[in-house]
Amino acid sequence: MTAHVDLNMARTLAKSSAVSVELLPSVARFSLRAGTGEQTALSKALGVALPTKIGQCTRKNKIEVLCLGPDEWTVLAPEDQAVKITDACEAIYAKAPHSLTEVSDREIAIQITGAKATDLMTIGCPRDLDLLPVGEARRTIFDGVSAVLWRDGSDEYRLDLWRSFAPHVISLLETGCAELAAE
Amino acid sequence: MLLVHCPYCDETLPELEFTYGGEAHIARPENPADKTDDEWRDFLFIRTNVKGPHFERWRHAHGCGRFFNAVRDTVSDRFLTTYKADAPRPDLAVLLADASMKEPSK
Repeated sequence: MTAHVDLNMARTLAKSSAVSVELLPSVARFSLRAGTGEQTALSKALGVALPTKIGQCTRKNKIEVLCLGPDEWTVLAPEDQAVKITDACEAIYAKAPHSLTEVSDREIAIQITGAKATDLMTIGCPRDLDLLPVGEARRTIFDGVSAVLWRDGSDEYRLDLWRSFAPHVISLLETGCAELAAE
Repeated sequence: MLLVHCPYCDETLPELEFTYGGEAHIARPENPADKTDDEWRDFLFIRTNVKGPHFERWRHAHGCGRFFNAVRDTVSDRFLTTYKADAPRPDLAVLLADASMKEPSK
């Protein structure tokens, strides 16, 4: 059985000469669903243009918006901006109906960096990571767990995982981290 | 591992991200109460069970989350095409002709 992992404190989870795995501080997360007609109004309210191609991200004023599906986005922002985002979207709700749900507590983020970061990702992700451009992200599967994989740099990845699945993935990454260093 | 092209993401991705959704193009009767028990049974349970090209639904469950349709050969597991859920049913003869042009040996 997977050991208990404290997910409330940002820290280094595993580090070796090959790669380092860190738990990132918590951010405000929203799940946004809206039709094509409402996108312009929502982009204005958020202050960031909603990307329209699946996997693309837009960033402005520390707010990150990722397109997950034809009518689905995830919005990440610093925790102190959460209320501002909720209020701005509520103000336009009558004109541009949408669903904005705060899911901050649902997920945690893990950052994977280092020369062998891509190798470490391949132990759980079946995708061809060369096809994931830097600056974009995809919802995919990581060792059976649905996850959002961000490529922040050629050797820098970020995994958004549902909290309850995190201990399983973290233990897998810890093992992989040690094994890659032993090669 | 099968590689499946998602028509919404427009990428060809590993099968692990997808789930199978049964036969495609089965329309729910507008008014089920009008149907006889036999017709309702046929709608619920009776499927074509094709050996060869099969029109079926798939869902990009660990991705965009969309249902879409595919034509897959149930013998070879080869996907002839995938298309969006609201697109019309493609002509099988055209698909088969395209497939044999790409791989003339088969």
